[in-house]
Amino acid sequence: MSCEVELHKVRVCYDAFCALDGIDLCVQPGEALGIVGPNGSGKSTLLKTIAGLLQPERGSLCVFGTAPRKLPRGTIAYVPQVEAVDWAFPATVSDVVAMGRFAHLPWWQRFGATDRALVEEALEAVGMASMAGRHIAELSGGQQQRAFIARALAQQPRLLLLDEPTTGVDAVTEEAMRVVVRAVVARGTPVLMTTHDLERVDEWFDRLMVLDRRTLALGTPAEVAASGAYAAIREHTHTHGHLRVDHDPHEGHEAHPEVRL
Amino acid sequence: MMHALLAPFAYSFMQRALVAALIVGALCSMMGTYVVLRKLAFIGDGLAHASFAGIVIAYLRNIDYQLGAAVVAVLTALGIGFVHRKGKVSLDTSIGVLFTAAFALGIFLMSRQTRYTLDLQSFLFGDILSVTRGDLVFIVVVGAAVFIAAMLAYRDMLFASFDPVVAEAAGLPVKWLDYGLLVALALTIVVALQSVGIVLVAALLVTPAAAAYQLSKRFTPMLLLSAGFGIVSTVGGLYASYFLGSSSGATIVLVATLLFFVAVALKRLRPA
Repeated sequence: MSCEVELHKVRVCYDAFCALDGIDLCVQPGEALGIVGPNGSGKSTLLKTIAGLLQPERGSLCVFGTAPRKLPRGTIAYVPQVEAVDWAFPATVSDVVAMGRFAHLPWWQRFGATDRALVEEALEAVGMASMAGRHIAELSGGQQQRAFIARALAQQPRLLLLDEPTTGVDAVTEEAMRVVVRAVVARGTPVLMTTHDLERVDEWFDRLMVLDRRTLALGTPAEVAASGAYAAIREHTHTHGHLRVDHDPHEGHEAHPEVRL
Repeated sequence: MMHALLAPFAYSFMQRALVAALIVGALCSMMGTYVVLRKLAFIGDGLAHASFAGIVIAYLRNIDYQLGAAVVAVLTALGIGFVHRKGKVSLDTSIGVLFTAAFALGIFLMSRQTRYTLDLQSFLFGDILSVTRGDLVFIVVVGAAVFIAAMLAYRDMLFASFDPVVAEAAGLPVKWLDYGLLVALALTIVVALQSVGIVLVAALLVTPAAAAYQLSKRFTPMLLLSAGFGIVSTVGGLYASYFLGSSSGATIVLVATLLFFVAVALKRLRPA
């Protein structure tokens, strides 16, 4: 069984604090993996590590059989949770989406018709074609998020990492994103996505990972739901099925013992 | 009328000054777009002051002052990047520590000389009319090298300037682009040093690009508009200084500042 993304006993620390420990994972081709867990459970850290932005302190990490930093340009597309960009940057929506092509264009190659077509296609996919000429500062939060997903699509990555793309977007946008994710995995590209939202996880993902600095459960949404680990976290949440940390993150691991499926 | 306007360029020193003004104006203001968009305004001042140590060392060793300035400015730029990344301090703190250190080294070395004939004023305030043939060769060669490098790295630099985290995840060499930009800025400053001087060179990196930023919705138009503002500032400043008998560096910066306020006014007048 080959893994497109393979983690073995991975530990990731920020100085003294370890956000992740003992993570094992094997992501298959064309698989959508949902990552859920309370705030501070290491979901974003996991994506950043797989993207090659953070180095594991221990354990091994392979993406397409090598270290993330050694992959050819354009292999991984990463959409962060909160885009820490300068919204006053002189760029339109299509300018931002075009950046997705830059990873594939060596300096001697022009931004050609194929690139333009891919940018348009990506904008269509997220329903932003009519906004192509707008300045990025003129977009709503959901539109900004869709523009950044379009950039990731235009990149035509072999691995797509989405950090909470559905946070703060309306139901229509959320459904558009779900269709996009399913279309990407249908082409064989694995998608790893973190989410707060526990509704309809079975429609989004092939497998779910419940994370709280270590893996609490990993399996199909039905298996995870049956395991109790997922429910144990959910009991901590009192608001609309969203996961919240209202307990000391250093306690309570005994309350939901690790379930491996 | 035309004759009177062209009259200054009958002098060869004015011809050299014009070529220098065109190159310095275009190069500084184009690199300035990155300075403004990455909020690095402090770096122009920092690297210019740091290059002073190179000028003094070159003077004491009797080598070409531009070479000395370039070496020290590039080393300071690399040091700033290194301290920022390895020391985990903010970029402006790193700039603040290193440029003052290099400037202090320059003053230290100079203060130990019992007699010196170094014309400090021309380095601090610039004198574009004193550009020699040799200076011009340096300005053309180094200016062209920075320009070509910037063109080759154009797309990567744009992506890394807008969204460094995502660019890095996509496999762009963000760390080397950052170092490359610092080195390119160091060389740009040395190219401009003689025209506008240590104290005012930062203005050419910031003001034309800031003016263009007011009026641009997209990156490439901002870059071209900035270059236009830069050239109008340096050539216009050179021209005005000839007729007013004023300092060329100061006049160039004042023209740039005037253009900036015109751009701000235009933005306010233009319906959104």
